[in-house]
Amino acid sequence: MNKPALKDWPLWEVFIRSKQGLDHKHCGSLHAADPAQALHMARDVYTRRQEGVSIWVVPSAAITASNPDDKGELFDPAADKIYRHPTFYEIPEEVGHM
Amino acid sequence: MYTQALSIPDGSGQKFAVAQPATEQEKAFQARIDDDGRIEPQDWMPDAYRKTLVRQISQHAHSEVVGMLPEGNWISRAPSLKRKAILIAKVQDEGGHGLYLYSAAETLGASRGDLVDALHAGKAKYSSIFNYPTLNWADVGVIGWLVDGAAIMNQIPLCRCSYGPYARAMIRVCKEESFHQRQGYEALLVMMRGTEKQREMVQNAVDRWWWKCLAMFGPADNDSPHSAQATQWGIKRISNDDLRQKFVDATVPQAKVLGVTLPDPDLKWNEERQHYDFGQIDWDEFWSTVEGNGPCNKERLATRVKAHNDGQWVREAALAHARKQQERAIKEAA
Repeated sequence: MNKPALKDWPLWEVFIRSKQGLDHKHCGSLHAADPAQALHMARDVYTRRQEGVSIWVVPSAAITASNPDDKGELFDPAADKIYRHPTFYEIPEEVGHM
Repeated sequence: MYTQALSIPDGSGQKFAVAQPATEQEKAFQARIDDDGRIEPQDWMPDAYRKTLVRQISQHAHSEVVGMLPEGNWISRAPSLKRKAILIAKVQDEGGHGLYLYSAAETLGASRGDLVDALHAGKAKYSSIFNYPTLNWADVGVIGWLVDGAAIMNQIPLCRCSYGPYARAMIRVCKEESFHQRQGYEALLVMMRGTEKQREMVQNAVDRWWWKCLAMFGPADNDSPHSAQATQWGIKRISNDDLRQKFVDATVPQAKVLGVTLPDPDLKWNEERQHYDFGQIDWDEFWSTVEGNGPCNKERLATRVKAHNDGQWVREAALAHARKQQERAIKEAA
């Protein structure tokens, strides 16, 4: 039943929605003992000048990141698929905006 | 707020030579920097790059945190409620800057606990500017105008530092720092419009801080052995002497508007260079303070250690509370 005792406050990643209608965006990290404290501290540290209307905090350990060494195989295949962009298609000018 | 001569070797006798990239990894790393690319935490980087950054970023973080002390002294003695509120906001900003920077250092694999321990054990450096006392209220204004002014000058190029998390932290810091400088200058303007005694206080504070601020930019270029490597790595974008010159050129007209004189008989416009010439900095005094012999080194460190120790029960209580909450949640789920 007992969880291993933590020595230090764990690390949290902080995401802020700067205004209603926009995405939450990563803005930094901080140490806190629990989620409520992480939120409280995120407010004090990252929204002192009305930078946000909503905060997410996520334990840093919960994030799975892609490996930079896989950058080529992950992202390069998209480079030669220019037909996925609207500018690939030529439309007669008289059609106007499409 | 900010640290001078970022990345002062913590031990003595460290030598920095510019290492030429040899392996494929090192060449690719240097090529990305030469191409004005950024290095992110999970990217491969040379050990020396990582070490240099941890040292520089942690010294910078320590400076922000210790930098709260000289001004914090004046919160309870600020001349009005408005000035008190401004000063609290500024000191709180400095604490936040420390946190952004410790976070950036942690992305390099350093532990904040270890970095803070090194500071408290007297093994890590921080900006020596904070080892001078704040004797009167004008000092608080001068710190904003000149110390933060020098800091901004120094930190703006760091927004383009090759290490992504450091650069992003600096962008945030610079945005907030501009209020710091302006509030200081404005507080001095108010005093200059006051009594003769108040004007004397401002001039006295400027006299005491001017040379210390010039030293904040670090040793002269030909006496700054690790600058070349930091430049090759895209950590340092503008040399110490160039930044110092920029600061002097920007500050002289501001001093004129304020109505104070800068304590340097050699300070004069050089038509040929299109810059102000200025006198010699007392580097012996600077190094002596860096080595721990400034007027307030011991007091600052002792205050910091006491604050940290006094907060120990809060950190432990927060952890105990978190554990209790977790156990309760597990019990309820069972």
